[in-house]
Amino acid sequence: MPRTKKKSAAPRSARSAIRAKNSEGLSFAELEHIAARILKLSEADETEVEISHTVDGLTRFANNTIHQHVAEHTLHITVRAVVDGRTARASTNKTDEESLRHAAEMAVRLAKNQPQNRDLLPMLGRQKYSKVARFFAATARATAEDRARAVSRVCRMADAKKQTAAGILSTGEVRSLLANSKGLSARHEETDSEFSITVMDADSSGWAKANSPDIREIDPDALAAAASRKSAESRSPREIAPGHYTAILEPSAVLDLVGFLFYDFAGTAILDKRSCFNDRMGKKIFSDRVTLWDDVYHPLQTGAPYDGEGVPRQKVLLVDRGVPKNLVYARATAKKMKAKPTGHGFALPNEYGEAPMNLVFAGGDKSVEEMVRSTDRGILVTRLWYIREVDPYEKILTGMTRDGTFLVEDGKVAGGLRNFRFNQSILEMLSNVEMLGPAVRAAGEEAFEMVVPAMKVRNFHFSEVTKF
Amino acid sequence: MMQDWANWAIETAKRRGASYADARVMDIRQREITTKNAEVGTLVESESLGIGVRVVASGAWGFASTDRLTREGVQACAAEAVAIAKASALAKREDVAMAPEEVFVDTWQNPFLKDPFRIPVERQIDLLLAADKEMLSVKGVTLAEGAMTFRRIDQLFASSTGSVIQQVKMQSGGGIVATSFANGEIQKRSYPNSFGGQHMLQGYELIESMDLAGNARRIGEEAVALHAAAQCPEGTRTVILGASQLSLQIHESIGHPIELDRVLGQEANFAGMSFLTVDKLRNLKYGSEIVNVVADARLAHGPGLGTFAYDDEGVPAQCTPIITNGLFTGYLSNRETASAIGETRSNGTMRTESWNRLPIIRMTNVSLNPGTWKYDDLIADTDDAILMETNRSWSIDDRRYLFQFSTEIGWEIKNGKKTRMIKNPSYSGITTEFWNSCDAICSREHWTLWGTPNCGKGQPMQTMGTGHGAAPARFRNIRVGVAFAK
Repeated sequence: MPRTKKKSAAPRSARSAIRAKNSEGLSFAELEHIAARILKLSEADETEVEISHTVDGLTRFANNTIHQHVAEHTLHITVRAVVDGRTARASTNKTDEESLRHAAEMAVRLAKNQPQNRDLLPMLGRQKYSKVARFFAATARATAEDRARAVSRVCRMADAKKQTAAGILSTGEVRSLLANSKGLSARHEETDSEFSITVMDADSSGWAKANSPDIREIDPDALAAAASRKSAESRSPREIAPGHYTAILEPSAVLDLVGFLFYDFAGTAILDKRSCFNDRMGKKIFSDRVTLWDDVYHPLQTGAPYDGEGVPRQKVLLVDRGVPKNLVYARATAKKMKAKPTGHGFALPNEYGEAPMNLVFAGGDKSVEEMVRSTDRGILVTRLWYIREVDPYEKILTGMTRDGTFLVEDGKVAGGLRNFRFNQSILEMLSNVEMLGPAVRAAGEEAFEMVVPAMKVRNFHFSEVTKF
Repeated sequence: MMQDWANWAIETAKRRGASYADARVMDIRQREITTKNAEVGTLVESESLGIGVRVVASGAWGFASTDRLTREGVQACAAEAVAIAKASALAKREDVAMAPEEVFVDTWQNPFLKDPFRIPVERQIDLLLAADKEMLSVKGVTLAEGAMTFRRIDQLFASSTGSVIQQVKMQSGGGIVATSFANGEIQKRSYPNSFGGQHMLQGYELIESMDLAGNARRIGEEAVALHAAAQCPEGTRTVILGASQLSLQIHESIGHPIELDRVLGQEANFAGMSFLTVDKLRNLKYGSEIVNVVADARLAHGPGLGTFAYDDEGVPAQCTPIITNGLFTGYLSNRETASAIGETRSNGTMRTESWNRLPIIRMTNVSLNPGTWKYDDLIADTDDAILMETNRSWSIDDRRYLFQFSTEIGWEIKNGKKTRMIKNPSYSGITTEFWNSCDAICSREHWTLWGTPNCGKGQPMQTMGTGHGAAPARFRNIRVGVAFAK
């Protein structure tokens, strides 16, 4: 989806007046004060505290009107205790002395009442982190009224076109702190904004979605226009027989498929023999065109530069020209597998170990329009839905197309199609890549946001057709 | 204090111009324990206390929530809800209208025998570790996992019309999974159900009744045996679904399409819409004549994850006939959507995940009523079928027509007998065609009220537990094997 900056969801005039906002998020100093109180209260051998404060607002619309409109202010405090080689966690959202003491004591009590964990490592001391700038005042200042005005504009657009629109516009901020009794202190602040819209005609629909830490990057009007156009162009959808077709997958569709590979790149998943890369590391299983990193520092990525234990995140080359090369490792996993921690561990204790949460694909130079022009017969897919794993080793996924599925014939988009179910091995799909578009920050519904390209793939298995 | 917080919120909202306000104070305590390969995985206990305030002002909705439970914090939250509602009115088409509801002042707690938070955590861990060891004792099991979750929700609902309702709900759940990787294939078996096991509105007695350790070896052996089993064929076959798989089939192909917010387009951007347009009410032949489905939140239906005394907008629990002798007869509604389709009362399905989420229409216990067949008689009566048990994957389109499910294990039924094991079973179909092909449902003695703890819906996303009673049932002319078709 092209990124435009023509109109922000937070107009300058409205941004100055914060009318529907309870309070700003807590400051780092306030979070540090809570952490210090807990560390003082704790009687564990080692103690870790993670605190986050979230302020979110979401304006939801349907039938060209706002029908839900919400705000939340949430504090989350978790305490991890280590006692004699055992660890456990307790959480609260209360900051009075008794509640903080209770959380610290609960973590100790839970930790004591279990067998020793032979994989548990001492907590880390102070670390150095690279800076990431992901807090934008324009996003943090956006009000309910700002969001409502932007939504009102797109609802009026849908009215004018005799279409029906539904979607959300959200803004928020989170400030988080990770500290422990060994002196580690990591802090991160980030804003987020998101606009998603479905535009419907009597027998068709179109969809567009974008998110960014900076609300000025979100253009609801342009996204609404794109969704409206897709719906109009897919009116009176035809039904064609299911089968194997060339598929042109827009970035959101690619995202929601390859997002199912997150956990397979975890060292723990290999140890547990539940990764599709069991016995496949180092072998060429994808197209030469597929190169993939995990890179939290990429300018289109989001998230903190440290993991659940405070290990600095590293950029990791996961797939190099079709060959799975590297995994990611939490500290304990790295020790077991004689590797180095990569900064991808989840907060302890957990059974999953780690995962790369900031996937970045190498892109290509082909536009979706070029992919269409080069295709004799194929299917252009806007978005996928309700994707589930059918076979974890061959990585067969099933799901549906949704909100803009088009027939491509003789190099042109030849109209809308009824939606398909697919059953497709992602390993096979990534070995059948014919063209890549530029990698963009894509948003879907099944996976975390990633930097992925549009893809043209051959022999994609659309297995059944639904009624619309 | 809960009552004070709610009062402060409602008074502030009214003073700021709200024509209606309600407040939910919720105090949620949760314990999660997981084990993997006979070692503790997750061991977490959490508590969360806060208030959510919902208002109508200038004819539009607003909602705000906070965990800053000082008078100042609660009042600021209520004021924010009103300001949000007034902002919502910028894109208003018509004023909010709600079906009338009586005022209730009441308290309720679900019955349970053993408070899981008073059971020593080491006892709970030991039970899971014992099950893990049993699974690992089977040669070929490469991963053994166990999980338990307990949740206590103490909540107070108060409204500007005068209702004050206190409810306490205790939920328990757990299960085990054996996974086997061999010859380039991953197979798994779960007990008593997949994706977290069985969950109910009960205490620790639910966990004790499951006998996790006693079933661990069996599922380990089945996971390993699946590698050598015959592949599920492709084609059109008779299918018998086990009760837990059928419960998810009900969830996806009946429970979601009957949600009136979906029908009216309110979920169009995310969860989707429904093929059950309002013209189909009392006109559509949803299933065969033996198909009777209810949405029943009353305790009399059983201690399901959809059981309560009042929903989260103060409407009493009810039993709504959804499918009656095959005819589509009812939706899941709230006060606003009931009013929109001309119903005189909500049937009480507004539920919220937590204090920081707006209540939305959710399934309660959407259950298929038992039939008349004894299970052994059903098998004996079947010449050629595939029996499919324990869900492995599920997917359905955004209007709930076309579904596909796969299960962990299958069995071939030949000439009235359960014969060889089938691996990678899958089936697909169109919702109404599927339910109209149902020709046998097992009786009450085979009926279980299953819990689905992980139903996602809404923006921002909310996860909710729902209940689904089902007994094994038989379906004719079902497409099988499509998930693995080349």
